[in-house]
Order: sequence, then C-alpha cells, then structure tokens
Amino acid sequence: MAGIATLLGRAVTSPLVLIARVLDPVLRLWQRRTGTGGMIALFLLPNMAVFGVFVIIPLILNFAYSLTGGAEILLGDRRYVGPEQYGRLLDCRNYLEPLSCREDQFWTAVRNTTIFVTFQVSLMVTVSMITALILNRNIAGRGFFRAVFFFPVLLSPVVVGLIWRWILQRDGLLNLIVTTFGGNPVVWLNDRFYAFAAAVGVSTWAHMGFFTLILLAGLQAIPKDLYEAAEMDATPPARVFWRITLPLLGPNLAVVLVLALIKGVQIFDEAYVLTGGGPGTATMFMTQYIYEVGFASILRNPGLAAAASILMGAVLVVLTLVQLGLSKRAERARER
Amino acid sequence: MSRILTFLTRRRGHGGRWHWTDVVTWVWLVGGTVLMFGPALWLISSSLKGPAQLAEFPPTLLPYVQEVVTVEGHAQPLPLFAVTLDDGSTRVMAQVRRVGANAQMIDPANPAERLNVPIANRTPVRHVGVATSNYTDPFLAFDFLRYLWNSVFVTTVATLLTLLTNSMAAFALSKYRFRGRDAVLLVIVGTLMVPLSVILVPLYSVVSATGLMNSLWGVILPTIATPTGVFLLRQYMLTIPDDLIEAARMDHASEWQIYWRIILPLTAPALAVLAIFSVVWRWNDFLWPLIVLSRRELYTLQIGLNTYAGELNVQWHYILSMTVVTMIPVVLVFVFLQRFITTGIAGAGVK
Amino acid sequence: MKKIWMCASVLALVAGSAAAQQTQVRVMWYSDGVEGEVIADLLSRFEAANPDIDVVLDNVAYQVIQEQLPVQLASGTGPDIARVTNLKAQAEHWLDLRPYVANAAYWDTNFGDRFDWMRPDGSDAIPGFMTQLTLVGGFANATLFEQAGVELPGRGATWDEWIEASRQVMVSQGLPAAFAIDRSGHRISGPNASFGANYIGEDGLPAPVDEGTMAFASRLVDWTAQGLMLPDTWVSAAGTTYRAAADDFANAQIPFYYSGSWQVANLSTKIGDAFDWVAIGSPCGTAGCSGLAGGAALVAVRYTQHPEAVARVMDYLASEPVVREFTERTLFLPAHAGIVAAGGLNFQSADPNVPPALSRFVEASGETLPAADALPAWRWANTYYGALVTRISQVMAGEITLEQARELIDRDIADQVAAAR
Repeated sequence: MAGIATLLGRAVTSPLVLIARVLDPVLRLWQRRTGTGGMIALFLLPNMAVFGVFVIIPLILNFAYSLTGGAEILLGDRRYVGPEQYGRLLDCRNYLEPLSCREDQFWTAVRNTTIFVTFQVSLMVTVSMITALILNRNIAGRGFFRAVFFFPVLLSPVVVGLIWRWILQRDGLLNLIVTTFGGNPVVWLNDRFYAFAAAVGVSTWAHMGFFTLILLAGLQAIPKDLYEAAEMDATPPARVFWRITLPLLGPNLAVVLVLALIKGVQIFDEAYVLTGGGPGTATMFMTQYIYEVGFASILRNPGLAAAASILMGAVLVVLTLVQLGLSKRAERARER
Repeated sequence: MSRILTFLTRRRGHGGRWHWTDVVTWVWLVGGTVLMFGPALWLISSSLKGPAQLAEFPPTLLPYVQEVVTVEGHAQPLPLFAVTLDDGSTRVMAQVRRVGANAQMIDPANPAERLNVPIANRTPVRHVGVATSNYTDPFLAFDFLRYLWNSVFVTTVATLLTLLTNSMAAFALSKYRFRGRDAVLLVIVGTLMVPLSVILVPLYSVVSATGLMNSLWGVILPTIATPTGVFLLRQYMLTIPDDLIEAARMDHASEWQIYWRIILPLTAPALAVLAIFSVVWRWNDFLWPLIVLSRRELYTLQIGLNTYAGELNVQWHYILSMTVVTMIPVVLVFVFLQRFITTGIAGAGVK
Repeated sequence: MKKIWMCASVLALVAGSAAAQQTQVRVMWYSDGVEGEVIADLLSRFEAANPDIDVVLDNVAYQVIQEQLPVQLASGTGPDIARVTNLKAQAEHWLDLRPYVANAAYWDTNFGDRFDWMRPDGSDAIPGFMTQLTLVGGFANATLFEQAGVELPGRGATWDEWIEASRQVMVSQGLPAAFAIDRSGHRISGPNASFGANYIGEDGLPAPVDEGTMAFASRLVDWTAQGLMLPDTWVSAAGTTYRAAADDFANAQIPFYYSGSWQVANLSTKIGDAFDWVAIGSPCGTAGCSGLAGGAALVAVRYTQHPEAVARVMDYLASEPVVREFTERTLFLPAHAGIVAAGGLNFQSADPNVPPALSRFVEASGETLPAADALPAWRWANTYYGALVTRISQVMAGEITLEQARELIDRDIADQVAAAR
C-alpha cells in the first residue's frame, strides 16, 4: 500500500516539479524586476482573482440586483426601482403569519428555516455532545466508532436524500418496521409534520459526525488530572459533566453552536432531494426560495431573490462575526 | 480470549458491575452503528433487487432472483409462482400478466389454459441472487459513464488548482510581512460569510458574462479559492521555522524556489488533508453545477443522479444502483483515508 | 499536469477545426416517450446528406426546458433550435425564419394556422413549426375496471361520475388512489373551461379567478382530502415544479389518469401488454367536455450564430416526408395541414390499444370550448398556469384555504404582469 502510494505520489508530482522548474527562471526575472513585493502579489493573485471575480463582484452586483425590478436576467436590462423589493419583502401585517404578508412564500421560507434551525441545531449539538463524551471514554475500537459516526458526512447530499427517500417510501423500510410493531403504514413524506421531522432528522444524521469530531478534540484537550481528582472523590458522572467538562468545553461548544447555526440557515441540498420543498411548502427553506424565485420558477423575479439573499446574508454575517469572536475567546482561554 | 473479553467489556463500574454510563455507552454505540451504517447497507441491498421485488411489501432483506420459464407463444420468459388453488393444492405456474389484485397464470406444460388468480394466493419461486442488470444497464443505456468522467475531471482539476492557489496565498500570508496583509486576511474571512446561496443570482450573471456557462470550467473555477483551505494551510505554514527560509535566501534561492522546494514539501500533511477535503467537496457539489450545466453531456454524477431520480420517478432499481455507484469513491476515501480527515478536522476545529 | 492538459486540449481543438469546416447547430430537445430516438435518427440522415452541418442533439429533461432554457434565453444565449411548449410568452426570443427558409409559402400553407401560438400578436414572422398537436385528455385502465366489475363511464359522463367509478375500482382492487392528474396548471385548464372558466379578460390581460376555475379546483381539493387523488404528484413538490403521473398509471397503481395525447407512445411502450387501456377524451363539467389543445414546437432561437444553417435544418425537419415519418413513429397528432388533409397516416405500432386511443383524441379535439381554444395564443397563459399550480397544491397540502388561494393567484399573476411592463 505504501509502495503504491509513493509511486502514485511521484507520478503526480514529477510533471508538476518539471513545470515548476521551467517557471523558475521566468519568475526569478520577475522577482528581480519587482522585488519581494512583486512575488507576494504573484502568490496572492490567483486566489484573490478568483475571490474577486466569483465572490466580491457578485456580492456587489447582488446589491445592485436587489434595487431593480422586472423579469429580465441581465442587470443591464433591468430597471431601477430603489428599495421597492425590500419594501415588498418586509411588508407584513403580522410577521408571524406568512399569509398576511405581501410575499407570503418568503416569510414561509423564513419561518420554516427558523423552526428548522432551532430544532436541528439543538438536536445535532446534543447528539454530538453525547457522542463526543462517549467516544472520549476509554472504549475498545474507538477509532472504528469515530469513523462510524463520521461516515454520513462524506456522502453527497443527493445520495443522502435518495437513501432516506427510499427508506421513507410508501413500501419502504420504515413502514416495514412500523407494521412489524403493529402500526399502520404512513406515507411519511406526504405529511407536513413528518416531512419536516424527516428533514430535521436526515440533516442531523448527515452532519453530526463533523461536530462530534470538533467536540471530541475539545474534550481531549481537557487535562486528565481533573478527571482523576474527581474520580478519587467518587464524584457522580453527572456532576463531573456539569462542573468540569461543560465549563472547560464552553468556548468550543459555543463555536460549534454558531457553526451549526450558520450551516443550518443555508439548508438546501438534502432537503431538496428528499422532499422537493413539499408537501406544499412545508419544507421549503430560504435557499430553495432564492433558487426558485431567482431561477427555476415560471413566476421568477431575480430582483426579489437578490433582496431576499441580501437579508439572509445579513443574518449570516452577524452569526459569522459572533463565531469569530467566540473562537478568539476559545483560543485565549486555551492559552491561559 | 478472556483478556479480549475483559478488554471489550471494560467498564466504569468497579468489580464487574454495570454502571449506568456503561449501559448508555453500549446502547449508544451499537445503536449509532446501526443508524449510521444501516441506511447505506439497506441501499446496497435494495440496489441488488430486481424491479418486481422492489415493489413488494413487506420488503425482504435478501435480494432474490425470480425463476423464469420460456413458454411457447410468449416472446419473453415468464416468471414462475407457486399458486395455492381453491382446493388447497399448490401448483407451480407461470404468470402472463398481473394487474391490480389479479394475476393471469398458465401452466407451462399446458399454455392454452389460463387461470385468474388473486395475487394473495401466489408466492414467487426464486433463489437468492443479485440483479446485475441494475448496474450494467445504466452504463449501457444512460450516459452514466460520461457523468462519472465529468465528476472525475471536475474533482481532479479543482483539487489540483485548489492546492496550488491556496498554498500560494497561504505562503504569502504566513511568511511575509507587508502592508495590507491584515486587509487581505479580512477579505478572505469576509468571503466565509458569503456562501453560494447569497450570491446565486449575480454569480450566474458573472459566469455567463465570462463565457463559462455550460462548461465544466464554469463548475470548477468559482470553487477553487476556499477560505478554509487558505487558513488551514496558513496555520500549518506558520509552524515552519523562518531560519530555513533565511538560509535558502542566503543561498540565492528565488522566492519561487523557496515555495516549491521548501514550503510545499514541509506542508505536505496539511496539503493532504486539504486535498481530501477538496475531493469530497467537489465530488459532492450539487447546487452550483445544477445551475451552471444544462447540457446533458456535461452533467456531473450528482446532477445526473438527481435528474434520473426526477425523471424515472418509479424506476428505483436504476436510481438505487446509480446512487451506490456515486457513493463508492467516497466510501473508498473513507475506508483508506478517514484517519487523515478526522485528525485534520480536529486540528482545524481546535484552532 | 495542468500544462499538459492545456496542450492536449489546444491540439484537439486545432485538429478538430482543421478536420472539417463544419457549422455546428445545437438542438435542445426533450422527450415524453420515444421521440428522442426518432429525431436522432432523422437528424443523422440529414447530417449524412449535408456534411457541412454538424447537428448536436441535446436530449434534456423537460425540467431543463421549463427552468433553465428561459434563463439562458433571457441572458442572450441558448441553443440554436429548441423544442418548447411555452411558446407565446417567450415569442421575443424566436428567430424569424422567413428570410432564410427555401420556400416561405410552403410554411405558410402548412403551418400558418398555428403561427399565432408562437409569435407576438400582429407579427408575420415564421417562428418555427409545431412538432405535434396535443390535446389534454384522460386514460383509463380497462382491465382494472373489468376486474372490479365497474363499467367504464360512457361519453358525456361528468367528472364526478368518472371519479366515483374510479373510486369503486380503487376500493375493489386495493389501489393507493383512484386517479391522478399531472402537476401542471396547463393540465387543469381544459377541465376548468368545462366548468365555465375563462382566463382572458376584456382587455386581453388576465382576468381574476372566476367561479368556473373555483368549481373544478374545489373538486380537486376535495378529492385529494378524500384520498382519491394520488398525492405524490401535486402535493409532494413546491412552486411550479412539473410532475407527471405516467409511471403510476403504467404500473397499474391508478385506474384513471388525466394527461394528454403525447403520452400515447410513452404508455404503449411502458405498458406493453400488461393491461388494456383506453383514451376517454375529457369528462364533462357544467359547460362542456373540453380538453385543451396545445403542442410543442421546434423553434429557432434569435441568438443563433448560424441562421442559414439553422434554416436548412428546419426546412428538412418541416418537409412533408420527414413530418410524416416523425408522426408515424412517435404516434403524435400532426400539425401539418397538408398531411392532416391527405390523411392515410400509417402509425407504426403493433399495440392494439393505440389506434382507438389516437382516434378518440382526434374526435375530442372537436369538443373543445372557445375559452380553451383561445389559451395557446395568449401570452399570459403560462403565467396563469404557474400561479394556479403553485397555489392549488398549497391548498391540497392543507396550508391555505381555497379562498385564500384565489386571492393569492390573482396577486401572483398581477405581480408578473406588472413586472413585465
């Protein structure tokens, strides 16, 4: 295995080394002309160019789009309408009741996403926490079990969605289990509550391994002597958790929470493949709203979609800043 | 043997007693394994069943292959069933067709005589076996092999470009002090806050304007500058001692040579982690290729799979087998490289 | 490695372009049944006879035509030729072939009566031609009805009678549902007209949802609530996503399926001899027994770089022998006036269910109401369909009431009309 790996590695790297060697005299010349500064610019250029063209510029354009109206796709063809799109989005008699809003689908998506994030993040962080605590114990086959929980993270959202759609089918595995225990089979994905629960559950299943690993790393950074001292005092495990583990894991946990929130708000792929937004609009989330209103629907409106995405972006910016602040605090706590 | 048993059954409780945490641990781990692996195993097992067997309820655990018989006067071989007749006896008969709650059966030896049998009274005659046509048909009839190639191309090229650009940027940001370094770092952090869903509409315009629409490069290029990758590599490069670089400079090495002769080899472990991440991310990309690609010959595996799931909405035997094939590379990565990934994430998470 | 790739691709490009000075014409095509293979075959013969044109056939999913093509057209790109159903609303994107085709009079004579479905009002452009005429109508699984001992409702039977009969079949045979309709506003517009609906207002702009539409929509909602309508089609998707229930009918899961004449070839292939099926026209409402005429057309896109080559391909595909062969192999209803007048089409199918189904559809095309006939040539038809399907499926899912849906449909349509001004 190691031999093949080396051979493969060498096969990939040798043409690259050749190219690098060819480029060297050219770049040496550049360095002589422009000094270290020029080389720095060169190293940064490809990355920043891609960022600039594919992230920064679209972001600026997005603001421009959100101020335009009409059904045309190209920015140049659209007409300026000022903040009208934002006005439409935020026009509601009662913010908690989507049907009282001018753009009811937007607020339905907001409500769905908020409820989803609340339940999914709580569930996922709890489950990840428990799993991390268990994996932190001195158990046999720890590496194996760590891999087990991480497995679904590697699967693509389409695969995840299809696997679970197959299980939740009318004639699927879940109905088999239900009927074996004497219940009635249900078409799970046609029911509003169950379809939503499925979206929460499947999303948790697919992502919890990632957060388990982060929490596990945090747990392993806690000094062992604290636990030994507690054991010598015969402290019950619940107390150990609340008094020792949780406070020391606090900063890490906060980071995980916010990261999970950021990911949760952007939910689309698995849910879209699993339910398509249905039944009705029960599982339509923000990203799907933007995708449909911006592109896919017969009744498309790119300006409205852009305004909606800016609002969602604002929420994400706040969450990301909170996360960065918390991770800085976590670093400082660790250094102490 | 007893030592192994002791090892496996280590408990917190003293003197061989079960502590409640041990019970929870075991239940959780076993339950977790079933829940995490179970669906994938069910997928694989279902993908080996033929379409008729997939429509059965309750579903069987093992894949079976239906026994068939050729009867004169019928072009296709007919499936065999064991039929319970009204008088209680059982006969093996061939099914001509089945509609709703009734099936038309004939005796293979006596094809002229047809019997209408309610479907509850018959059980298929079959043996354990796999329906390999589920796997071979998509490759022959559909463009599955082409989608596979597109995915491989996108993943490989995107990973190479990602490693190149991210490492160059990480090098500049870790080993040089220059005015505006913090501003650049801030911009990169900023892009973390701008996920795809926020810039979907204008990104489409930009990609269209640059002529990359409906091209695999349009799928690749927007994805190669990852902030996570830059930070990961930068953290690692910070730990490389500056004296090495100074020594190289004194030996008249150009900055480019320092980069690819010293920095890159020393950053190999982090590069490996980023490569694995990149492979998994690009292989699994969905939303962006969904928007950029409309020409079928350019579809990646995920988009092709999604399209088939939409079109062949009840041909599950093909959808399942294609899902399994889409899953295989990721499973391979998992089996051989999971150690890298898990330590990589732990490292990144801690920082 | 990257350099090697680039060198290789440059070489390939050079080799490719040096090989032949070919003009490439891209055709974006979707298939309901077998027409993909038929058109591929026809085009390969064209390429053999015209070596300087390379026709690339993109057989895409219908969803791509609905969702991605409009975006491409709006950004000034897209294929050279496309097979499209949403014709009038996108009329601004079609190329006027009049200056490019060999014989414009041929086109006017044989396809002229439907040009208004594809071009802006008052224009005299030649935008393309209809690959087929379609009529919305129902199919019934005769074998299931027979096994259940229920008689197939005769001509003039109402929607209520059909659904009741199907319900009896569903109960007797243990099926998951009694009927299904494709998830599309276009599909329910014929039945809406049968209950007296009229979408077009006095000024040619969309009229508010009237009692006729409400009559049929409320029936649909009731039938879904009673578990008679297969929920998988309408309920389990959001927005304007298209879902067809053809596979469920072909698998004998439902005894009654309301779709259209384009499904004949598809059903014949999928069902084979598993059961007997019939076409039944459209069940009746209070105002009539109307379906909805329509069809897909092959149009040339305005943004093509090679209009002359495109015109040659279109001339070939619109020529009488080619249209005749296409129609006979795909089991579609032809839109070519000359062929319809001459008759004598030899539909290539050994399936005994096919000829009576096709003739029933031809008969039913004479039973459509004027309110339905006006729709294909109306530019707001597609908007109306989109709003209907979005909101009615929400009612079926239990999210909103039908009254709320009525207001929301009107508002959605008004938004689109305002946006287009």
